[in-house]
Parts: sequence; C-alpha cells; structure tokens
Amino acid sequence: MRFTLSDDQNEIKRTAKDLLAARAGVAALREHAEGAKYDDALWKELCELGWPGIAIGEDHGGQGLGLVELCVLAEELGYACAAVPFLGTALAALALEAAGDTEWLPKLASGEARGALGRIGDLIPDAVDADVVVVVDGDGNASIADDVEAVDAIDSSRRYGRVNSPGATSLGDVSAGLDRALVVVAAEIVGVMQRSLDMAVEYVKERKQFGVPVGTFQSVQHKAAQMLLDTEGGRSATYFAAWTADAQPERLSSAAAMAKAWTSDRGRETTGSNIQLHGGIGFTWEADAHWWYKRAQLDAAFLGGAGEHRARISQLVGAERAGAAA
Amino acid sequence: MDLTFTESETAFRDELRDWLEANPPGAEPTGEDDNYAWRRDWQRRLHEGGWAGVHWPTEYGGRGASLMETAIFFEELGKAAAPLPANVLGLLLAGPTIMIWGTDEQKERYLPPILSAEEIWCQGFSEPEAGSDLAGLKTRAVRDGDDWVITGQKVWTSGAQYSKWCMLVARTDFDAPKHKGLSYFLMDMEQPGVQVVPLRQITGDPEFNELFIEEARVPHENLLGGEGNGWKVALTTLMNERAGLGFFLQVRLRQMLDELYDEAGRSGALDDPRVADALADLHIRTEILRLTAYRGLSVIEQYGQPGPEGSLVKWLWSETNQMLTQLAPGLVGTDALTAGTRWSYELLRARGNTIEGGTTEILKNIVAERVLSLPRAGR
Repeated sequence: MRFTLSDDQNEIKRTAKDLLAARAGVAALREHAEGAKYDDALWKELCELGWPGIAIGEDHGGQGLGLVELCVLAEELGYACAAVPFLGTALAALALEAAGDTEWLPKLASGEARGALGRIGDLIPDAVDADVVVVVDGDGNASIADDVEAVDAIDSSRRYGRVNSPGATSLGDVSAGLDRALVVVAAEIVGVMQRSLDMAVEYVKERKQFGVPVGTFQSVQHKAAQMLLDTEGGRSATYFAAWTADAQPERLSSAAAMAKAWTSDRGRETTGSNIQLHGGIGFTWEADAHWWYKRAQLDAAFLGGAGEHRARISQLVGAERAGAAA
Repeated sequence: MDLTFTESETAFRDELRDWLEANPPGAEPTGEDDNYAWRRDWQRRLHEGGWAGVHWPTEYGGRGASLMETAIFFEELGKAAAPLPANVLGLLLAGPTIMIWGTDEQKERYLPPILSAEEIWCQGFSEPEAGSDLAGLKTRAVRDGDDWVITGQKVWTSGAQYSKWCMLVARTDFDAPKHKGLSYFLMDMEQPGVQVVPLRQITGDPEFNELFIEEARVPHENLLGGEGNGWKVALTTLMNERAGLGFFLQVRLRQMLDELYDEAGRSGALDDPRVADALADLHIRTEILRLTAYRGLSVIEQYGQPGPEGSLVKWLWSETNQMLTQLAPGLVGTDALTAGTRWSYELLRARGNTIEGGTTEILKNIVAERVLSLPRAGR
C-alpha cells in the first residue's frame, strides 16, 4: 500500500502550486473578484497547459489521467481561490463522460468550451456564460440546461448561475459522474482549508499582544491544531475517494459522500477559524481571509450539504450490514 | 498512489489469517487474573508460531516486518477478536528501547524473555506530580557502590502486579536542569523495596497500579543508555508508544460501530434521521482515522520521517470512541447503563482515552509546536 502521491502526481502538484503562486496571488484574486470577472489570461494559459482536460480521455483530446490528478489541480486552485472557470468545466466533463457524450468532451478538454454542472434550483459555479450546463433533477436525471439565470453569490471569485427547469436535451443517468464530481469539490475545499490554515499560522506567529506572539497562547494553538486535523482528515478522505473512482468504483459512492460530508462541515469551520485567529482585522475586507470563507460556504452547499451525504452514508452502511447479516 | 496491499503485504496477511484461523484465541475469560493468564498464554502461542515480535528485527528473534505489515498484524488481531499479547509494553516499548540503547549483554539478557512472555514489563514513568510534565519527576536514584538505591512513587503502572521488570525513569542529578538529571533503569520488580498497590479506576477495575518504591536496589549494569541520558531514552520509549496499537484500536472501534448499525437496523432506529446522522458521523470519523493512519505509515515508508498524520490519529480515535460509547445507550438500551455490562464498561473506559498516553490538550500543543511550528506556549 502506498497512500501518498506518486512522483508524477507530486510533480503536477508542485508545478500547479508554483504557477498559481506566481500568476494567481491575492492581488490578482482581489482584482478579479472585486470586478466580478474571470482572469481570462490565466484561464487561457491553463487551457494551453491542458488543465481542463487532465482527466478526459485521450480519445477525446484530454490527457487521460485519473481523478487523483484532477483533484490535485482542484486542490491547488482552491488554495489560490483562483478566478477561473475550472471547476465547472471539469465537472461538466465528468457528467458528460458518464452520459457517453462525444460532442462536448473535446471542446471542454481544449478549453474551447466552458461547462458547468449542478442541481436544478441550486447555485451552480461557473454556469454563467458557460457553453454547456449540465443540470440534474431530484430523480437524478440529467439534461443540458437551456436557460441560466445569473446570481451574484457571496463568492465573487467566480460566476454563479441558477437553472430552474430541465433542458430539452436529456442525458439520462449520470450518477457515476456525480460521485466523481463530489470528490473534485471536496478536493477544492481541502485546498481552501489548507490556505486558511497557512494564513492563520503565519498571522499568529507575527501578531503580538501582551508582548508575545498570540501564537504562544494555548487557546490559539489548539484552534490551529484543530484546523490541521480537519484539513488532513479531509485530505485523507478526498484522495481515498479519488483513488477508488478509478481503482475500486464499487466503493466510490460511500467514499465520495464521506469526503463531501467532512469537507463541507470542516471547510466552513476552518475558514471561519482563520477569520477568528486574525481577530478584528480578519473581519475586514483587506485581510482577504473572507475569500476562502465565502468559497467554503458555496462549496459546502454545492451538490448536497454534509447532512444529505451523511444520510446517504447511513443508508449505504445500513444496507451493507443488513446484506452481511442475510 | 495505490491503496491495495502489495503482493508481499497480501502474502503476509494471508499467512497470518491462516495461522489465526488454525489457532483461535478462544473465549475471553472473566476475572482479571484469568484474563491475564489467557493473554500470556496467547502470547506464548504467538511466539511459538513466530508472530510475537512481528516488528522486531530478525536478529532479535522478530519477523522483521515492515511498518505496513505491523499495521496489518494489529488489524488482523483485532478482526479475529484476539487479545493483545500480555507483554504488550515489553514488545512495543521496552524491547525497541533496549534494542536502541542497550549494551550487547543487555540485549541478550532481556530481549528473548520479552518475546516469550516469560518476563513481563511495566512502565514506570508518570508520578503523582509528574504527568504531562514528565521531566519534572522526583523519584530519586542514589549511587551506592555497584548499586543504585531508588526511592519514590510511580502511578498508572498497568500490569505492574504481573511484571518482572520495570522501565523506570528516576532523577540521578538534582543540580542539573530537569531534562538533564534523569537516568533510565531496568528495575527488578521482585524485591522488598517495590510495593504494588492497585489503583481502582472509574470502571471499578484496578487496571492500573501505584508503585511505592522504598530504597529499591538496581545494579549499575541495569542502567540503560548511560547516566544522565534518561530523557533521551525515555523519548525513544514514548515515540514507540502509539506505533501499531492504533490499528488494533481502530478495528475495535469499527466492530463496535458495526454492532450499533446492526442494532439500529434491527430496532428501526436507523430510520430516525438523527440516529442515521450520528452513526454516519461516527462512520466518517472511523474511516478517516483509519485512512489517516495508513497515510502516516506511507509517508514514513516513503520519506523516512513522519508527517503530521500520526499525531492526529490518537486524538481523533479517543474523541470518536467517547462519542460512540456515549451514543450506544440510546441504541442498545438500558443494558448499556447497567453495571457490569460490556457497553457500560466501554462507556466508562473511553473516558480515559483522551488522557492516557498523552492528553488531547498536550497532543494539540505538540501538533501546534512541532507540526505547525508555532512558538512554544506558556504552560
């Protein structure tokens, strides 16, 4: 057993981290989020590097890598809170792949088209101005949305939209793609959590009160330790789920629900703790802690919140136990 | 990333499973002494089968198993409802510490009877006034010819009544800074200067003891790692404390959770969204601590040093075990609150989990300082 990234996967992570640190720093995030616009130049660059198509099959013009690699990129983009339509495009591809699509995948892989995926009635990231928006109704039936209503979400680092009814083009059952999508969202939240932890740790080492860094106070230390536990726990669950998707798909549903439930709750906690550990300054716009807090709120609700996924886990485990007894 | 066992790991597991199937531990006897004798006999059988010191190097009679195989060993033990070997402190703590710090004579003398459970070991570290602040311990050792004369008090000494030897840390230099004046002794428990008094815990059982040490004598040759080096040697012991054991405990947690799912399924309680939510939360915690423990081992195997994962597992396990055993009465009924039942024992015993082997508060300090590199806290 080897539950660590391979050398190639580590290389992808390092490259992504370096690129985003150079190209998608806080100044860039602020500029685009305040202007409610995407960073088109960065997106173009990421498309040229093949990021949107990393997990799309080579026969559709993608790189043909796995969900683990896709999660590595999603995590780093969450870390940067980058203002690019990556998540929507990657998730649309997962759903369309599950539906057996051949038309959209090459366009999504190359970045020629943007996509989005979400539930009817919910806030769907990257849905505005997307070329293809896959929506799922309460019974799990997917279709391509005809109309998208733009919504100004509290997370202004990307454009959210709402779709109120199924589209004319039906895609059937895409549930396998939805489970994979959950894992990618969880990976984004892990990146969001890691960034919040790093920001908080850096701040409490510097900020002095009573003549000492506030990071010497046990109450502060224990909060930071909890953030680490929550982040690392999310990372374990997410990469396990990502691995099952390609290696043991029969375990994916439960693993994906687990990753999404944990990161939804703990992501909000951790990003909130970052604000708390910054004290009053953390509550200001300038401190920038809020970007990740807001992203965590939208991600937590997206494709079902923690409670819904816990309910699903108990159904799955209950059924498995009943099956084992019978 | 590959979360399946390798061929050699699978072979190891299958061989162990076959052995466990052919050598079932039998039903657990009630009564403390009978239970202990059963676990001692169990270790003898493990030893005869070559499974007592799986993680020990072959030169010391072990199997030379990798970290992952050691984890598999403890998982399989748990899955087979087998007990931990009686000399668990000798196997996990004393043995590895002696391997690192012992002289050739010490290794030859002490290691074989640890494996065979001929000589049981206990750990004399904590004192009434030195718990989390271990280096503040006061038990004193004074040189007298070829001997050291030891006087003081130790506490939380599990298995002391069955032990031949004690890993004892005592102060040999009262003028040195507190971490520097300590020495590590291998103390014979069978002498008039050592008195073992059972300490009754909240479960009602005397799982732990107090040691009253009054001019006990330890020959100079039983010093481990040299005079004044006790803190370093003790850290070796403490570093070993959680290795492996976590996988056994994690399996036990999973088994109890499965029982609760079964019970909730039978009674219909699983249809109650609050119950389903609470059980799912426990499932997630249990899975995440298992996965994080495996991740921690993979990091050590690959990079040669531990990442942050290992320090999180005990914290998560102890919290989760408390949550689970507190949920149980709502599902299994009044039986779980009736004195003498297994669930009521588990409920009460779990309360110690966030204290023993390092309190959760100290673990959080360690995580903050060593993993997050925050400045050292005022205590």
